[in-house]
Amino acid sequence: MCTYQTEKLDVSGSGKGPAGWFSLSNATVYFDHPAHYPAEHSLNIDFLDLAAATPSRVAVELDPNSARELARAILSTLEAVGGP
Amino acid sequence: MTGSLRAETIVVTGHGGDEIEAYIAQPLHDGRFASVVVIHHMPGFDEGMKEITRKFAAHGYLAICPNLYSREAPGAAPDEAAAVARALGGVPDDRLVGDVKGSLDHLGSLQSSNGRAATIGYCSGGRQSFLAACSLPLDAAVDCYGAFVVGNPPEGVTLKVGPIVHMAKDLSCPLLGLFGADDQYPSPEHVAQLEDALQKAGKTYEFHSYEGAGHAFFATDRPSYRPEAANDGWRRIWDFFGRYLATGA
Repeated sequence: MCTYQTEKLDVSGSGKGPAGWFSLSNATVYFDHPAHYPAEHSLNIDFLDLAAATPSRVAVELDPNSARELARAILSTLEAVGGP
Repeated sequence: MTGSLRAETIVVTGHGGDEIEAYIAQPLHDGRFASVVVIHHMPGFDEGMKEITRKFAAHGYLAICPNLYSREAPGAAPDEAAAVARALGGVPDDRLVGDVKGSLDHLGSLQSSNGRAATIGYCSGGRQSFLAACSLPLDAAVDCYGAFVVGNPPEGVTLKVGPIVHMAKDLSCPLLGLFGADDQYPSPEHVAQLEDALQKAGKTYEFHSYEGAGHAFFATDRPSYRPEAANDGWRRIWDFFGRYLATGA
């Protein structure tokens, strides 16, 4: 299937791509065909700067279990430091 | 037919007069050939789509694959361009039709054109092939597992696509549909609803659904590839185009 299941969010932060560090404007989270990971589907995250003249991206394609572990680790890390 | 061809990247005039990138492949032997616009899948203007474009030329067609993401990320790698296009909501329907028309106009202007024209699209391009065939005067169209011709995308999805089955009455040509029975988008129910709409509109169509195949069974570089379904699908395409695109057909 081609799920089209995509969430887009505004983000603040920085990412490092082939041309070095850049400011992030958005992230997309989607479950669809990976470009590289050898599976029919993966949980994909693109960190983007859509405002740049040449759009920049940091991409990951994760096995669904890895994605859940990552989400859990992000939340538990923030909770541990009492982050906002 | 010799199988000899020439393939290159060119610029064509697309929707709104925009110059867009396109990959064109042409047979080298003498003759007049029908035009085929290859509408790329959601992952973009990539190696697999260019390979398919060359395959049509090797089989005696003037083939062109417009880069539908030319505007969002000019010169970017296909996966980068696809990611940006996804974030920006995908390809608007009116822009797609304009880009296909511009691609067809380019092929039609070639001396070796026989005046016949078709579209074929994969994944999101399957829906767009149907859209083009309902919007432009064509002689044949192929929809390979196009999602959301029928049915709505899941809630909250940022992509600006919606059902277009209501356009079936405007279909300008015979339609070949190739689907995977294990696919969810489009599901067998979606395919049945499209078939029902085509029947009610009195349109000529030919649908084949393959057991054991899901989405993207033509994609040789992906785990979804199903050689038996793909081989039979190609046979159906050559037969279908042979019937409707040959001069005098």
